[in-house]
Amino acid sequence: MAMIEVSGLHRSFGENHVLRGVDLAVEEGTTTVILGSSGSGKSVLMKHMIGLLTPDRGTVRVDGEEIQGLSEHGLARVRRKFGMVFQSAALFDSLNVFDNVAFPLVERGGLPRREIADRVHEKLDVVGLRGIDDRYPEEMSGGMRKRVALARALALDPKIVLYDEPTTGLDPIATEYVDEMIVSAQERVGVTSVVISHDIGSAFAIADRCAVLHEGAVVAEGTPAELRESRQPFVRRFLALWYQRR
Amino acid sequence: MNDDLGPPGAIASAAHEAREAVVSVGSSTLRLVEEIGGMAELFVQAIVWTLRPPWRIRLLFEQLDFVGVGSIFVVGITGLFTGMVFAVQTYHAFSMFDATGLVGATVALALARELAPVFAGLMVTARVGSTMATELGSMRVTEQIDALATMAVSPLQYLVAPRVVATIVMMPVLTLLFDGVGIAGAYTVAVFGQGVSAASFLSRIRTWVDPQDIEGGLIKAAVFGLLIAIIACYKGFHARGGAKGVGRATNEAVVMASVVVLVSDYFLSVLLSPFWTLHTHGLR
Repeated sequence: MAMIEVSGLHRSFGENHVLRGVDLAVEEGTTTVILGSSGSGKSVLMKHMIGLLTPDRGTVRVDGEEIQGLSEHGLARVRRKFGMVFQSAALFDSLNVFDNVAFPLVERGGLPRREIADRVHEKLDVVGLRGIDDRYPEEMSGGMRKRVALARALALDPKIVLYDEPTTGLDPIATEYVDEMIVSAQERVGVTSVVISHDIGSAFAIADRCAVLHEGAVVAEGTPAELRESRQPFVRRFLALWYQRR
Repeated sequence: MNDDLGPPGAIASAAHEAREAVVSVGSSTLRLVEEIGGMAELFVQAIVWTLRPPWRIRLLFEQLDFVGVGSIFVVGITGLFTGMVFAVQTYHAFSMFDATGLVGATVALALARELAPVFAGLMVTARVGSTMATELGSMRVTEQIDALATMAVSPLQYLVAPRVVATIVMMPVLTLLFDGVGIAGAYTVAVFGQGVSAASFLSRIRTWVDPQDIEGGLIKAAVFGLLIAIIACYKGFHARGGAKGVGRATNEAVVMASVVVLVSDYFLSVLLSPFWTLHTHGLR
């Protein structure tokens, strides 16, 4: 069953027609990587999946429910199914690590302080960060911030986790670590993951399925093995350039 | 014919420039109308989200502290010196026709009706409005506002509503402080510096300044608070383009809020004048 289903999605910003009829299905419990060059509309597509942007045309269904036209309350209910790791990590810079990870738990309410603390430390353990509760985002490296952001995204044990360029700007060791985190989150709790990236190596390491976005539409879709064999001209060029640079 | 009209290239160039000018004025006007509409919408949403649970009391108190307590020093200093310099100037003017006893009443009336709300508004714009625009702008460009939304937390309720309410509440308080400190400064200059009788200074204030004068000033202050917070939050909320975009948003917020405080002061004074005039005439 498709956890996220995008159909005929169009979105323009002024004269710039970014998405030109995107169709994509993300199966439950899988990791889908959306590949594409910079400016191809990957982040815009992801923001539609969680209702941060409204399409000009087309629909997005999450867990069987169409999210366009939902009230603020309905959209909040759908968003509780998601965790999201932003490209910039998007940690709240006025809060320390503990409060950042605790934030979604506190906002959801109903949990005693002790349980919130236990959950926060459990999630920080998962991403390999201990003893940094009191640190503020500006006191951490990019890789650490991404891991804290991942812990925050996993805090509510969401059904779906969206990763916006999770390894951009990271060194190879941090990249591998984040990749392992994504795979482990999917394997341990069966979370559905959507990752957007232009890092093909990372994508092939973690993806069950890949989709290639080019000029506002999905031009190729399949398993990493299928993508390697693709005859689609853009995909061939994209992969050839990556192989050349390795 | 061509000699009269100039070379065809020059005509085409002039026409192009004229067209560019019209397009530029038109797009600026459209942008302004769009911004005013956006700010009105933000105001309505801020009110709606203020009334909807969960009520974020801690965030409200943080903002009350930042806007109110944090501005005491700058508003106090501005009020003190405004009262002092106004006393010096009115003393010189009134001494020409032997009416120095009116210094206190003149300063107090001007402070209560105009100077305190306007100057406090400008100080709050500089200190609070700039910070709000920068904070929200920075949160926007680093995706922290999007992150709030993805966690099913309304950024309007979490970020905008407490700032708007706190500024509306604290502006009248700061204006009262400005009134008090300004009158104290004027008293010091007039009584200890210029030799005006203390009894005359104070009794004329009691005679000429009515509670309605102060109330009118406080109404203005609350309106200024609303305008400053809405403009600053709107500009920050819609910042785009990294550090440069945040700087631009802050700059636009401060300039726009300062101008709006001064312009709206005129219209508020006109609106309040029947209230002030009626009262004054009713008593005397």
